[in-house]
Amino acid sequence: MDLSISLTVNGVRRDVALDNPRVTLLDLLRERLDLTGTKKGCDRGQCGACTILLDGRRINSCLALAISHDGADILTIEGLAQGEELHPVQAAFIAHDGFQCGFCTPGQIMSAVGLIREGQAGDDPERVREAMSGNLCRCGAYAGITEAVLEAQKTLADAGRRDAA
Amino acid sequence: MKARAFSYVCPATVAEALDAFAAAGSEASFIAGGQSLVPALALRLQAPECLVDIGRIAELRGISQDGEWLRLGALTRHVEVHDHPLIAACAPLLALAAPFVAHPAIRNRGTLGGSIALADPASEFPAMMLAVAAEMEIAGPAGRRRVPATDFFQDLYQTAIEPGELLVAIHIPVARPGHRCAFDEFARRRGDYAIVGCGVMLALPADVVNEARIAFLSVGSTPLRARAAEAALNGRPLDAAAIRDAQAALASDLDPADDEQVPAAMRLHLARVLLGRLLGKIAAAA
Repeated sequence: MDLSISLTVNGVRRDVALDNPRVTLLDLLRERLDLTGTKKGCDRGQCGACTILLDGRRINSCLALAISHDGADILTIEGLAQGEELHPVQAAFIAHDGFQCGFCTPGQIMSAVGLIREGQAGDDPERVREAMSGNLCRCGAYAGITEAVLEAQKTLADAGRRDAA
Repeated sequence: MKARAFSYVCPATVAEALDAFAAAGSEASFIAGGQSLVPALALRLQAPECLVDIGRIAELRGISQDGEWLRLGALTRHVEVHDHPLIAACAPLLALAAPFVAHPAIRNRGTLGGSIALADPASEFPAMMLAVAAEMEIAGPAGRRRVPATDFFQDLYQTAIEPGELLVAIHIPVARPGHRCAFDEFARRRGDYAIVGCGVMLALPADVVNEARIAFLSVGSTPLRARAAEAALNGRPLDAAAIRDAQAALASDLDPADDEQVPAAMRLHLARVLLGRLLGKIAAAA
């Protein structure tokens, strides 16, 4: 059985020979590609710590078999910043204390990036909370997370308008 | 914990998928979005020897309208049900239920066909198949057949799909302008499985209800239609008395069991509250 797959991870093509079809995207990222920013919380789709973008959409990487995603384009927390310049969502999480221990933060941030791309929450905090409900935070930083998402969304929208002008 | 070892095939057509399943024998399992199966594998609740990945079969994709029917390929993702204009126009009840299905990251991968084939009685879409009078198109070694939703859900996680058969599409009668629908559920937290959920679809020509279809989730071992409540509405104006009678009729429709979340009596009470709210909402908008 040919178990080799090619992925684009954070803009770089990676060819990976899987030793087993049961490898999830999460395990592949962490154990084969040493991208340990994506966290393993529950490993069953309940906590959101493993959230990444797959072909532009947020998913739980623990619920995706790597072998099923040959050719996919993946963005992880490691691929967000431009060199030393943080992504607006990362900067907003710092500005608004959107975390305490930080374990859920990569998943929160990737989920927020996915949410902003979906463009469905608008500036309604309740809809932001609802759209972020798949990401649990045991420290309870939800208030800061909601503020951070709203601010980052505004920053990105303003930047988009500047680019378009 | 890791999944037990399995072999993996990724066929390109339905025929190849059926052949691959047959070749693997009874220990095979189809996988689509994997949002229920992958955790079940990881917890070793299921341990198939072979996974037949149907995720790349083009025929199983797509949402299209053909006259009076809407066809949803089995691989239609929950997010597409949520967003697609044809769903909003032709099967609005599904669009209303979609935001209640798990969380956005799950909705981006999970498939409608997977949800219906799994037939979790606490899931939204299987129950809504009853409310929209869907028909499931099943492919098997002997050919294809269409099974109405009322015959499809047979027992806990048991459907009309026989081993070796594959759900390929869902066909839904296109909602007409006179149709009204509403959906809501009670859950302790957003995205959790509902304590009870309900979808209602009915026609209101000349202000008299007909074709009422009321479907509940999380009230038994299968999704359930509330036929006595439907009968209490059909042929009457959708007024307070009719709504009260429909709520009362739920006692003969639903026979929920006590569980760790709520006692049976509370579940029945919540079902009545929910039905009253949904019918009231439809009446107020009419």
